[in-house]
Amino acid sequence: MGNHHEVDMEKIPASEITPEHLYFTRRQFIAAASAVAAGALLSACGVPSPPPTARPTIAQPSPQASKGVDELGDKLTPFDTITNYNNFYEFSLDKEDVAPRAKDFKTSPWTVQVGGLVNKPRTFGLEDLLKFEQEERIYRLRCVEAWSMVIPWLGFPLSKLLAQVEPQSKAKYVRFETLLDPKQMPGQRDSYFDWPYVEGLRLDEAMHDLTILATGLYGKPLPPQDGAPIRLVVPWKYGFKSIKSIVKIDLVEAMPISFWMESAPNEYGFYANVNPDVSHPRWSQATERRIGEFSRRKTILFNGYADQVAPLYAGMDLRKNF
Amino acid sequence: MLHALRTQWLRVVVHIGAWIPFAVIVWDALTNQLGAEPIRETILRTGKTALILLVLSLACTPANTLFGFKSALKVRRALGLYAFFYALAHATMFIGVDYGFDLALLQGALLERPYALVGAAAFLILLPLALTSTKGWMKRLGRRWTMLHRGVYLAALLVIAHFVWLVKLDVREPLTYGAIVLLLLALRIRLIREGVVRLRAL
Repeated sequence: MGNHHEVDMEKIPASEITPEHLYFTRRQFIAAASAVAAGALLSACGVPSPPPTARPTIAQPSPQASKGVDELGDKLTPFDTITNYNNFYEFSLDKEDVAPRAKDFKTSPWTVQVGGLVNKPRTFGLEDLLKFEQEERIYRLRCVEAWSMVIPWLGFPLSKLLAQVEPQSKAKYVRFETLLDPKQMPGQRDSYFDWPYVEGLRLDEAMHDLTILATGLYGKPLPPQDGAPIRLVVPWKYGFKSIKSIVKIDLVEAMPISFWMESAPNEYGFYANVNPDVSHPRWSQATERRIGEFSRRKTILFNGYADQVAPLYAGMDLRKNF
Repeated sequence: MLHALRTQWLRVVVHIGAWIPFAVIVWDALTNQLGAEPIRETILRTGKTALILLVLSLACTPANTLFGFKSALKVRRALGLYAFFYALAHATMFIGVDYGFDLALLQGALLERPYALVGAAAFLILLPLALTSTKGWMKRLGRRWTMLHRGVYLAALLVIAHFVWLVKLDVREPLTYGAIVLLLLALRIRLIREGVVRLRAL
């Protein structure tokens, strides 16, 4: 995580950057404050925040984004919302319980093993991954549960990483795996699910410029609950495709079976492209609630990225390939 | 006063207890503690509360027949009506607030979401039961009242299906409620009921 400060320099003025030891102090402080606040709350649903009196004593970087809106003019979802409401079954099935349970998740040291059908298999340390030029990408994220957010990610195109390991011509798909560590990830002690979490992309999807490996959001390192230290972001697919806390990336010949395909094959397919006309077997995908808005809004094909990605699926039956 | 409390305590507990989930929702709404999706949260909480109250209302009859717990019969109607009240809030939030009474959207949502359809069916079954829950209607309908109110079993089963269908993957919680409902229904079957009573007499 430490090297974030170097690579992010272009985005964040030096004055805004908190030294690492303060950053961690602040985290521990928040953790303690959260525990106290949580106890005081009537319901488990509140999002505790540290008391304002603590702020002057410890410097903290404020969330940074270059713009307040995405290319469609939709407002960014606030940092606190993004970091306190999301699915990460490795920590909790409750979207508001993920952040407190993930707060002590250790993301350093961290390595990502890249192999399979490649000429130059290699294990990347997080510091190596942070050497790729980190850029801001403001993407809409549409969850299969019909809610959505707009998130300013920080990361780099997956294609740059794949280029370094040189995929062989036999490689047709990319398979991703999340860390398996039931000690740290309490959700993985639940044998109801088939751990570790696995996801996959077709090679051309993986090489697409919109597909990134994210290491941060709002100009800060990824918080543990959002998939630290490194996660996939594929903005035209439902959120569950964007696998978190990746430790392994393999180039393979056969289509990988993802966590959700394995869990409920009739409900979750390999592609999982956002499509208002293809319903989930149990609910409609025609509309969504943008978090923070009152009324539902209409879901857009490929989550609004059709111009860039529709050619990937030319001639394919999107109903069959759901 | 003391005597009244001794005989009426269950009523007091039910009437206070049933309002607590509602009060907590209102409190959380006013203090901004309903989370990132307050509408959805309210729908989930009212639905869950309706289910729990419905299960409790179904438990009253076996509590009396099997354990001679007569007071339970006195709160059965109240529990059923509170269950309906929360179901009404649940449906109103879904149709009126979540979907803003947009009929085109609702039509799609209902047809494409079997769980919504099943939930709607359960609600439509509970509606006449709530309306005919008074002594006057009981007298007016006579035997037909009993027939009509057996509909609560079907409603309970539909509510379980509604719950099982809406969860993404982990169906353990709805199936637990389902098992409880099935048990409560089974205890009404004469053979089983008499068997349990005989066992208790041993």
